[in-house]
Amino acid sequence: MSVDKDTVNKIARLSRIAISDAEADKMVGELNGILAWVEQLGEVDVTGVEPMTAVIANKLRLRDDVVTDGDVRDKVLANAPAKEGSFFGVPKVIE
Amino acid sequence: MTELTKLGVAAIRDGVASGAFTAVEVATAFNSNVAKAKALNAFIVETPEKAIEAAQAVDADRAAGKPLGKMAGVPIGMKDLFCTQGVQTTAASHILEGFVPTYESTVSAKLWKAGAGMLGKLNMDQFAMGSSNETSYFGNVISPWRRNDGSNAALAPGGSSGGSSSAIAARLCPAATGTDTGGSIRQPAAFVGISGIKPTYGRCSRWGVVAFASSLDQAGPMARDVRDCAIMLEAMAGFDPKDSTSLDLPVPTWEAGLNRDLKGKRIGIPKEYRLDGIDEDIAKMWDNGIAWLKDAGAEIVDISLPHTQYALPAYYIIAPAEASSNLARYDGVRFGLRDLPEGAGLQDMYAATRAAGFGEEVRRRIMIGTYVLSAGFYDAYYTQAQKVRALIARDFENAWASCDLILAPTAPSAAFGLGEKNADPLSMYLNDVFAVPASLAGLPAMSVPGGLSKDGLPLGLQIIGKALDEQAVLNAGLAIEQRSGFTAEAGEWW
Amino acid sequence: MRGLRLNSVQDLRRKPESGGKMSEYRIQGNTGAWEVVIGLEVHAQITSESKLFSGSSTGFGAEPNSHVSLVDAAMPGMLPVPNRECLRQAVRTGMAINAQINRWSRFDRKNYFYADLPQGYQISQLYHPIVGEGEIEVTLNEKDPDSPTKKIGIERIHVEQDAGKLMHDQHPTMSFVDLNRSGVALMEIVSRPDISSPQEAGAYLKKLRSILRYVGSCDGNMEQGSMRADVNVSVRKPGGELGTRTETKNVNSIRFMMQAIEYEAQRQVDLIENGGAVVQETRLFDPNKMETRSMRSKEDAHDYRYFPDPDLLPVELDDAFLEECRASLPELPDAKRARYEAMGLTAYNAAVLTAEAETAFWFEDLLAQGVDAKQGSNWLMSELFGALNKMGKTLDESPVNPKQAAELLGLVADGTISGSIAKQVFEIMLETGQAASAIVEEKGLKQTNDTGAIESEIAKIMAANEDKVAEYRSGKDKLFGFFVGQTMKAMQGKANPQIINDLLKKALG
Repeated sequence: MSVDKDTVNKIARLSRIAISDAEADKMVGELNGILAWVEQLGEVDVTGVEPMTAVIANKLRLRDDVVTDGDVRDKVLANAPAKEGSFFGVPKVIE
Repeated sequence: MTELTKLGVAAIRDGVASGAFTAVEVATAFNSNVAKAKALNAFIVETPEKAIEAAQAVDADRAAGKPLGKMAGVPIGMKDLFCTQGVQTTAASHILEGFVPTYESTVSAKLWKAGAGMLGKLNMDQFAMGSSNETSYFGNVISPWRRNDGSNAALAPGGSSGGSSSAIAARLCPAATGTDTGGSIRQPAAFVGISGIKPTYGRCSRWGVVAFASSLDQAGPMARDVRDCAIMLEAMAGFDPKDSTSLDLPVPTWEAGLNRDLKGKRIGIPKEYRLDGIDEDIAKMWDNGIAWLKDAGAEIVDISLPHTQYALPAYYIIAPAEASSNLARYDGVRFGLRDLPEGAGLQDMYAATRAAGFGEEVRRRIMIGTYVLSAGFYDAYYTQAQKVRALIARDFENAWASCDLILAPTAPSAAFGLGEKNADPLSMYLNDVFAVPASLAGLPAMSVPGGLSKDGLPLGLQIIGKALDEQAVLNAGLAIEQRSGFTAEAGEWW
Repeated sequence: MRGLRLNSVQDLRRKPESGGKMSEYRIQGNTGAWEVVIGLEVHAQITSESKLFSGSSTGFGAEPNSHVSLVDAAMPGMLPVPNRECLRQAVRTGMAINAQINRWSRFDRKNYFYADLPQGYQISQLYHPIVGEGEIEVTLNEKDPDSPTKKIGIERIHVEQDAGKLMHDQHPTMSFVDLNRSGVALMEIVSRPDISSPQEAGAYLKKLRSILRYVGSCDGNMEQGSMRADVNVSVRKPGGELGTRTETKNVNSIRFMMQAIEYEAQRQVDLIENGGAVVQETRLFDPNKMETRSMRSKEDAHDYRYFPDPDLLPVELDDAFLEECRASLPELPDAKRARYEAMGLTAYNAAVLTAEAETAFWFEDLLAQGVDAKQGSNWLMSELFGALNKMGKTLDESPVNPKQAAELLGLVADGTISGSIAKQVFEIMLETGQAASAIVEEKGLKQTNDTGAIESEIAKIMAANEDKVAEYRSGKDKLFGFFVGQTMKAMQGKANPQIINDLLKKALG
């Protein structure tokens, strides 16, 4: 599988990273180099192998249903680039 | 007070406890070294006042006869991946420039509780993506080491914990935190002739550590010797209910358990790590390491880890995939950089912010990760990589039938020059070839100095252990340390 | 072995119609009749104190961004820790619809960028949901015992995070983000495309809501947004190949959903018959215009890049957990209805009393006070419902609680007051909140068994109505009622009707 410039532009859009034409051209080569290299994984016989789910044997712990957090509005908003009263502000979204 | 900065963690802790010197004296000495070493660019933020404050508290506790913590009086450097309350935390990225967390990571909080103080936030590869510390928005970190050929070429301190390795090697701090996703503690430690251990995945909480690849990220200590690593790891590790992947196990007393006698231990030498065209210096160092461990009483056995060659490509699917999702939160809405071009809508703001905020390598990895997870490619790339990862873990499981530890080089070469590997991302990635398998399997792994290259640069030996068996890893590290006679230091030029 | 099929928690089901043809809903187009195929994805907020992955409150109506933790705001380095109760409620809901409960499930990330989604991904379950296949039996008209029934297949139930909220009307150039809902637990309940009319869809949603309320896993409050539906609609010629479907998002009332289906099905038929083709897309229902419209803006290159959340381990449910879930399930509507019928209630009463959890629980409370089932059900359905209807109140707002009602009904049952006096007493109870016995005492409404007093009134009435006595004695039996009424009136309603009957029969001969 190899990517062309359209694909690179599509991936950039999906990633929400603006990309110039020149950057896209450069990225085509880089991504193809990396992808061609990782494709050697296809050689590995993985018959009957389950994909890894937990790196180290461990069980998911579940939390009790109690309110232990929240009510920290000032902390939550402290670093906001555009704080509007108690809200985060973003460019107007038309739904 | 220059001699204080020659001391390591254990010596400082013991000296402060015995009253040989005060914690404030130690902090002052290291603050002064930090201030003089701007040329290394190891710190993004210096916090001398924090170091002094913590030292004063330790001195006061000692005066009041209160019990002192494991790291009492030890000033350390904090990798800028750890969120520190009230102190800018950036992951060395423009996108987080100016971000001041309102919270403290679990690991850093544990260290402060143990009596350590913060000298500053250490430079690193941006979002921990890199092997040379050249991806930081805040500039390259320079290794204190130089080749013995008289050239003054600036060398890479390794990455991603390059600020940590450089600062320790230059005696700006006796120890520092690192994080290791695919070698980011071990490779920089090897490049500057210090020690560093990545514990078993789940030992150190990831809570409050800026995420790169969640299933691989693991914090660990970097210090001058094995004992110092053991002490600091004890202070960093421990169960954290706020991290679902944290191991609910007591923290072993690794320092007390240190034992350089390896009688009865079997050391596996994986044949797949002996690559065609292996660097001569590396091969020689590895042979020396084998001899030292034999001398320490260990039995040497040949082992096979058949899927080794697939570890790196699997890693370069899994890590970018996780990163592409983990880094989606940097969108200019709640914190960090916002780039809002005139008239831009929400989605344009995202794209502009992320293009301006992420460095080139970060953008590249997000794009790779996005691609391998995208519709139609997920199974071919991601699922296949996770299956191969399971096989790599199985390789280690099988190896443990015939050995207790594995000895290998940490990196395929000594430190390279800054800029030498920038042209092709792949050649940079290949530097992690020996480090990545243990990361994929979540196993504890350590790098200790193994000698010098022909160019007079440090080389690292890597010890990989069974899950949860950090003690055996540390013990083998100690055995090597005591036989290698590694005392070389970078001459001060900065 | 990852799945476990649980036995039915309720065997007392009504016979479903095999094949399940419930309605022959057809849209008549120019080219003939069209069949509608409907599937629903219902998002139900799980009842819990705290959020799915953080300890923030789920409370409704709080100040903006006050029920938000650093985890909910997706600050760097923050990690999710799952809430046991949310998984428990999903499992209990699954058990209530006889679904497969997956002992092994997993959370995946659904990646997309939006201002109400702080992480840049929603933690959901795509590949391994916690609940697998089940079914819900619906009756087109719950209150009609003869109404046909149909089984609607449930494909899955999975657990996921809710998003935050955007406000668009507070600033000329900005939208405002409130993350209070961000991270609240939702169940997504996905039906099979087994629904074939707006009415069936309505019945399904009502039944589902009733089950959720019985189980206690969701309050079912659609106005507050704790339950909303994404509606998949396609049309086809009867028995033909499935058509292309559209998905109408976030419909928040049963009525709107039915209208949306009607509109959308008609739109698709018109489109196809005019030579067009249905586009697979996301649409929005506008309740003011009663129409659906395309949300193409949101369609922009959706590729969610699902993958297992590496911050979480697989969810593994053990026997003890499942056993507790099962043991804590209440009796469900179908089983309850069957039991009520067996207790002698009419099919109609049994259906009405069990259709909504609120009603059933009220009635159960009444029975728990020792009230006779038939007496209680008749009173509840005629007296209480009638009164609440007049007052415009719901059962939850009833001024009379089951304990107070039981006292009133007890006074009738033991002969202390008559049925007609009980109506008066009940009215006073509604107005004053006084206890029934206190009202009876205060107003002297106790029924009398004093035969002497009754006999004396009967004698007076017979003397005043000699003509009617003669007519009665000559065979006009119907007049007996007249004498009963007169006597009761004379006794101010307080005489025991049985005694009046007996004494009148004796006196009239």
